[in-house]
Amino acid sequence: MRGWERIFKDKLVVLSLAIVASVLVAGVCAPWLAPHDPEEVHMELRYAGASWAYWLGNDHLGRCIMSRLIYGIRPSILWVLAALGASVAWGAVIGLLAGYFRGRIDSLLMRVCDVVLSFPGYVMTLALVGILGVGLENILLAFILTKWAWFARAIRTAVMSYAEADYVKYARTLGIGHVQIIWRHLVPVTMPAIAVIASSAFGSMVLQMSGFSFLGLGVQAPQPEWGMMLSEAREVMFSRPEMMLAPGIAIMVVVSAINFLSDALQTALDPKLAASRRQAPGQPTARDAEVRGKEVA
Amino acid sequence: MEQTVLAVSGLNVWDSLTGKLLVQDSSFEVKRGSCLAIIGESGSGKSVTCRAVMRLNRQALRQEGEIVLSGVNLSSLPEPELRKKRGKQMCMILQHGMRAFDPSCVVGVHLRETVAEHLGLGREETTARLKRAMEAVLLKDPLAVMNQYPHQLSGGMLQRMMIALALVLEPELIIADEPTTALDAIAQYEVLEQFVRLRERLDCSMLFVSHDLGAVRKVADELLVMRHGEIVERGELQELMSGRRPVHPYTRELIDARQTLQRHFTQMMGGGS
Amino acid sequence: MIRYIMKRLATALPLLLLVSFVTFMLNELSPADPVRSVLHEQGVPVITEELLASTRAELGLDRPFLVRYLDWLLSCLRLDFGASYVSGKPVWSLLAPAFANTFKLTISSGAAIIALSILLGVLCARREGSWTDRLVRGITFLLASMPSYWLAALLVWYFAVHLDWLPTSGLDGYSSYVLPVLVITVAYAGIYFRMVRSSVLSNMNEDYVLYGRASGLPERKIAAHIVRNSLQVAISVFGMAIPILLGSTVVVENLFAWPGLGSLSIKAILSRDFPVIQAYVLVLAAAFVLFNALADIINAALNPKLRKEL
Repeated sequence: MRGWERIFKDKLVVLSLAIVASVLVAGVCAPWLAPHDPEEVHMELRYAGASWAYWLGNDHLGRCIMSRLIYGIRPSILWVLAALGASVAWGAVIGLLAGYFRGRIDSLLMRVCDVVLSFPGYVMTLALVGILGVGLENILLAFILTKWAWFARAIRTAVMSYAEADYVKYARTLGIGHVQIIWRHLVPVTMPAIAVIASSAFGSMVLQMSGFSFLGLGVQAPQPEWGMMLSEAREVMFSRPEMMLAPGIAIMVVVSAINFLSDALQTALDPKLAASRRQAPGQPTARDAEVRGKEVA
Repeated sequence: MEQTVLAVSGLNVWDSLTGKLLVQDSSFEVKRGSCLAIIGESGSGKSVTCRAVMRLNRQALRQEGEIVLSGVNLSSLPEPELRKKRGKQMCMILQHGMRAFDPSCVVGVHLRETVAEHLGLGREETTARLKRAMEAVLLKDPLAVMNQYPHQLSGGMLQRMMIALALVLEPELIIADEPTTALDAIAQYEVLEQFVRLRERLDCSMLFVSHDLGAVRKVADELLVMRHGEIVERGELQELMSGRRPVHPYTRELIDARQTLQRHFTQMMGGGS
Repeated sequence: MIRYIMKRLATALPLLLLVSFVTFMLNELSPADPVRSVLHEQGVPVITEELLASTRAELGLDRPFLVRYLDWLLSCLRLDFGASYVSGKPVWSLLAPAFANTFKLTISSGAAIIALSILLGVLCARREGSWTDRLVRGITFLLASMPSYWLAALLVWYFAVHLDWLPTSGLDGYSSYVLPVLVITVAYAGIYFRMVRSSVLSNMNEDYVLYGRASGLPERKIAAHIVRNSLQVAISVFGMAIPILLGSTVVVENLFAWPGLGSLSIKAILSRDFPVIQAYVLVLAAAFVLFNALADIINAALNPKLRKEL
């Protein structure tokens, strides 16, 4: 845990953590924080600039941009976090089972993962949305269904290096049940790796979600969402380019903070990750990078 | 011809990032035709010393002190000139053979590139000399071996490849950084054998680094014991081992440990039959 | 080597089959009834149960699942993906030109990404820790955290509107390539550049570099060895970049009204045109599997150790 003291000394890390934390809290407390109703239309205030009543001005329908930004945190960030959590949880279950039991269970589970992974993620998400229809829930579902395999693979690699530990073998000889061993011994020790893996995907998922909403496949009007706000701003891009500033900057700042934290987390926990990577055969670096490349919007 | 091939005086090596002193005020000499062994635990600074002689430590490490090779002061030599001396006048032999060669090329590539750089021979002549040298270190089927990738050869074979290269280059000084540490007992024996022969053939000087006193006994004339970056003992190997001289307590520990092992071994072998 | 290629392609075949199966199943999962959609497109005003049943029989949709699957698979191999629910035109006639356009965009962007990331990666690795290194890393980091369409919109606004140097949309000539390629490159180069950089850095610390220097080899020969090894990892990743880009240009195409697969798929999704969606998924997933195999083959060609693995 020495790594922890080192990171907190880094000012940028503290700043990023502050940004992410405040965004999450703001999203949860939106009804109390937002100055106005995000869907309240005031046609007389269309495109109004920043004012004391409306800190970031008004959009093309006179709605308060600030409030829309705050409420937009929910679909753009919070719901994505939830989908990430679900996907990671499911991937972790599979990864733990595969890494712990090895043998045929491992082969079977990994074959399934390989099949899922042989479909390009973005394309499959689009296909699922095409089949199920547009909407926030369907995109989140598509995310969960397409991303769990990647998490499963990555977590399995981490688990495999710990599953051969002596204390695990000892526990087995004592007759302790598999579930207990996994829950009490493997989960705590693979948590750091899982955290790093999950956080590295968070930023790109936020970008993807806003991308889908931008295209009109996600959240539907009039619900506020950062990507959709950009889409609306784009309509009037040539006459009123300043509309694009608020949501764009918001996304950039939050995703930067998330990515930065993820990197810092990885550096802090690196010795453990390095240990787990050493066990896997030759190719992992290439695979990691290639699969990681898939994650970008 | 000078008597001393390598004279190091006042060598200090420190880590510029952490400020830690890795080698403290080291001074030693290697005489012509003699082999100086540096013994110590890991972290004692012996490998750092070796690399410092060639000025090949990683960038974060800084060094100061005089290093004189056959009358030329290496520490003040500009880099292009120093590069010419590396390989030609001093050869290094590394611990891990498999990592010493580029994993994406056959081992022959490195051998040819080095010979071409220093001796500028034609392809046929280069192949002939390498072949002879590899036969001398008992590598069967040299041409086939040269066309193998590092991961296809054993540690012992790769060590012998490096020795063969040294045979072709004929340097004045050979710096061997723990060459036998990564090998199993049989390969160790064979490779040490080759080192002895190397000395005989080239009549060169050697700086042999190891943590294993047993390995060093076969090859070395003089001994240097390092601990925590400092030299704690120096002298002729035979004298130190025989106990005729008072020795530093650390050296005593090392010698005793070795002798105890040796005694047990002979006991087992003798007692068993 | 040939054996490896054969083996690798052999493992790709069942995967392709599975991909086609899953794609076919996707259609089965869709809540909409294809028969209704077809009748709707034909403009039939009143849809009765008999009409549904007879049309279903006509279209062969009442046959068992496997029969339909095989029939569909065989026609796919003949590039007959059926007809669009929306326009009635054969899907392939819509897909092929769109694929070509997206392919052009992908290749140009891919080339730019590869060139830029290698250049920057090697540069920054050699100057690790310096201001150049930190500046490049900082800038690429920020650019990669930006939504690509936002960057695209900003660039369009500045270059196309404000300065009027470049076209704002469509595909008419080389100048149309500039902005889309720029946006995609900027979005992806950040990741690949970091990978190249860390690969070069780790190689610079390897023992063979030390041995090469100790043997007196000139720096440029050593640099050649370093680059060879670092690029190995890079090449397999770059190989996968092409199919990933093929599928991910959706947003950029939409923004620049680029007549490619991305625009096609979005239109199809919004109008629930299943045959088009299905063909889109099949073509891209198949390309993905094939490129995966190709990347592995190239990797094995460069790194002989990997040939043993199959």
